[in-house]
Amino acid sequence: MTDMTVSGASVAMPRTKSLLQLDERTRRRNASEARFRMIGFLAVLIGVFALVFLLGSILSNGLSSFRQTYISLDIFLDPARLDKAGTRDPAELAKITTFSYAPLIEKALADAMAAKGVSGDGVSVKAAAELISKEAPADLRRYVLAHPQAIGTKVNFDLLASGRIDGYYKGRVTMESAELDRNISPAQLQLADKLKAAGILGTHFNWGFFTAPDASDTRPEASGLGVAILGSAYMMIIVLVLSLPLGVASSIYLEEFAPQNRLTDLIEVNIANLAAVPSVVFGILGLAAFINFAGLPQSAPVVGGLVLTLMTLPTIIIATRAALKSVPPSIRDAALGVGASKMQAIFHHVLPLAMPGILTGTIIGLARALGETAPLLLIGMVAFVRDYPAGPPEGFFDPASALPVQVYNWTQRGDPAFIERASGAIIVLLVFLILMNLSAIILRRRYERRW
Amino acid sequence: MNVGIIILVVLAFAAAGYIAGKRQALALSAGSGMKLHSLSGYYGQTVALFAAVPAFLLMIVWLLVQPVVVENRISGMIPESLASEPAARSLVMSDVRRIADGLDSVLVRGGLGEEALDSIAADTQNVRARLAEVGIALAGEVPPVVFEAARSYRQSAKTGALAMTFAVFGLSLLLGFLAYRRIDPQMRARNISETFVKSLLIASSLIAILTTIGIVFSLVFETITFFKLYPASEFFFSTVWNPQFRGGSELGILPLLWGTLYVSFIALLVAVPIGLMIAIYLSEYAGRSMRSFAKPAIEMLAGIPTIVYGLFALVTIGPFLRDYFAAPLGLGSSSSSVLTAGLVMGIMIIPFVSSLSDDIINAVPQALRDGSYGLGATRSETIKKVVMPAALPGIVGAVLLAASRAIGETMIVVLGAGAAAKLSLNPFEAMTTVTVKIVSQLTGDSEFSSPETLVAFALGLTLFTFTLGLNVLALYIVRKYREQYE
Repeated sequence: MTDMTVSGASVAMPRTKSLLQLDERTRRRNASEARFRMIGFLAVLIGVFALVFLLGSILSNGLSSFRQTYISLDIFLDPARLDKAGTRDPAELAKITTFSYAPLIEKALADAMAAKGVSGDGVSVKAAAELISKEAPADLRRYVLAHPQAIGTKVNFDLLASGRIDGYYKGRVTMESAELDRNISPAQLQLADKLKAAGILGTHFNWGFFTAPDASDTRPEASGLGVAILGSAYMMIIVLVLSLPLGVASSIYLEEFAPQNRLTDLIEVNIANLAAVPSVVFGILGLAAFINFAGLPQSAPVVGGLVLTLMTLPTIIIATRAALKSVPPSIRDAALGVGASKMQAIFHHVLPLAMPGILTGTIIGLARALGETAPLLLIGMVAFVRDYPAGPPEGFFDPASALPVQVYNWTQRGDPAFIERASGAIIVLLVFLILMNLSAIILRRRYERRW
Repeated sequence: MNVGIIILVVLAFAAAGYIAGKRQALALSAGSGMKLHSLSGYYGQTVALFAAVPAFLLMIVWLLVQPVVVENRISGMIPESLASEPAARSLVMSDVRRIADGLDSVLVRGGLGEEALDSIAADTQNVRARLAEVGIALAGEVPPVVFEAARSYRQSAKTGALAMTFAVFGLSLLLGFLAYRRIDPQMRARNISETFVKSLLIASSLIAILTTIGIVFSLVFETITFFKLYPASEFFFSTVWNPQFRGGSELGILPLLWGTLYVSFIALLVAVPIGLMIAIYLSEYAGRSMRSFAKPAIEMLAGIPTIVYGLFALVTIGPFLRDYFAAPLGLGSSSSSVLTAGLVMGIMIIPFVSSLSDDIINAVPQALRDGSYGLGATRSETIKKVVMPAALPGIVGAVLLAASRAIGETMIVVLGAGAAAKLSLNPFEAMTTVTVKIVSQLTGDSEFSSPETLVAFALGLTLFTFTLGLNVLALYIVRKYREQYE
């Protein structure tokens, strides 16, 4: 009660203090103003920090995948093992399996260690050879099949070191973890250090990451993005070829010709809703319509391309309509005034002027399609694909992977080396996205006209 | 003949038609001394359009229909004894297809002609070995009936492809020729070709409707099949999700819905306050330079693919929450949890909330603010008491859109939320969502016609209905709000 009377009295009371001196209530209000402003600023900071943290975490995990540990050896391609008949007949050479190549590598490693004076210190030759990736004999075999004339000579190879050794130089594997690891021992790591000192083992840029196909669970060091990049590129070609003409055609109709009727309304509502349908539902559509009904092959870029086209269409239509709308009516009127038909006015004048906006929208739609994962999982692109798809157009029907799906695939594997690979793949994906978005921005800055 | 080649040939026909039509129009006009109704190019264009478009349409329809027809015919050839139920039949059919493909490779590899197939057929023991040579591994011996089916599958596919080539070329030439014959100086070529083009424009704008129909049909049909195998009441009201390979699965949607709503709720709990405050700060307080830097940065969050967020949840946020919160508090030991997925998803939808709210706050007329300032209110008081109430319907719409985005999000929850279907309140526990189960049921190895796979379609339909409802509601609210100031 007393509070009430006091506060009531204070309102009625004339001000006794200077206006320049803030009273209690004003101070409180100003403090709350500052607080509110602070909270807003903090929210912006949190948003920006989240972006930086997200990108930073991906970069710190993934940048190391662009470098790889190799073991450089001069390998004698022994004719006694590879080509007993001495005919260099490709069919005969193809019968020699990778098992026959492994001893060559073992021997070359032993020779190199002897030549550089590196002692095994209780590490057997067999255990020393485990430093080299299991993929190496296959690489060697591929080289020999491609160059049969090299048999009988000494050739220098940069062989992949095994995933654990690679991890050792990237800080993923330590002496302590090696104690518990069945695949590597501390003695082997010490040997690797000696090899490094002797110049046999070294780290350099990892081209294979961009060109090699995926590799099996036990060979993270050999896995690459070759098939995934190719598959993504095929899908983008399909999306571009289908969605640009279809999107532009339907926007032209809706923006320039469509009468105000129920059909037009229905189409517009549909486009707005399609833009908001969860991507995984498009995957179900792809599975049911394109694979089960139309009988297209699973994991093929053509199915992925079609699904992504349907997903991208609304984006492109919305962007194209905005671009067409921004062309002033005076252009149309002038064309019609000199006797052009409506179709001529649009195709000869409006469309070229709207083109920068349309292309910008298309590139942004493509960028979104490139990063889309969920629908591709449903149409079977998770399959393990080692073979490169053929060149287009047949290659559109071959099994392939896609960049974001490859990332998902690698996150599902046991070896922690695949997390590094997955982060590396994301960096590649982000670089593509940044390039696409940059080109969209440049296109807009350069060519878009403000009327 | 290869589809690519057919397309090229038809395009060549169209190009030839264009040139011929244009020439013919010019020649006729010169010969008769009459002026052409349209520019000469339009006569050519008419011929080209008639030569190319119907032929392409025919080709597309043929490509869609032929496999279905062939499949049905071949499926009829397989006796009941081999395939008593639909599942076994589809297995045999896939064998047939693989053998048919394999036979092609066998012939190419051996450089053999068609007649060699008879000798292969005579010696069924050998078939498996020969197919293995070209990389087609078969589970068992090939019964003669299946081999015959594969042969006739090959034959039908070949005949079909040949017939299609002829039909497409024939149609292209026929229509092109008819259009060419109709050329005369009085023909309204421009009107004809423009009507043609306009109908193409209409047709392509119908694709949006076709897509929606396709989505609805593919979801509804398989869902009906699913409900024939599994009672709908169980699906909607059971609290147990426990799919089994051998049948007897319990497929209740409630735990999945709970997980979905829980994750989305946490995501909104993160995104709505932050997004809203960002929108308020950027539109009411921030200077030009701050705005031009922060706005694109925040919107970049929306452009990052969701798989990136998924990996972020998996390798960074998940272990962080487990090691510093869940494990010390004794709440759980799993790195994938509702909180992980919710937090990361919250970051992802911040830009949705912030940029939509930004637009809406900017749409509030300045006069309202000025009135409030004039009465002596501070900025924050104006925002809280004047701008926010005016923008509220729009902001609710934005939040609903963000919620629909969160519910339909897949990759973050696949990588961050876990796979165990649970009804629990503990945010540090792994739970699963509708989208996760759609992915896992459809990427698994189970038979397509089993309820374990078909349930994904029922889940998809539920998800589709849910998000569609939210979107419609959001658009309704936003639209209703917009009319207030215009």
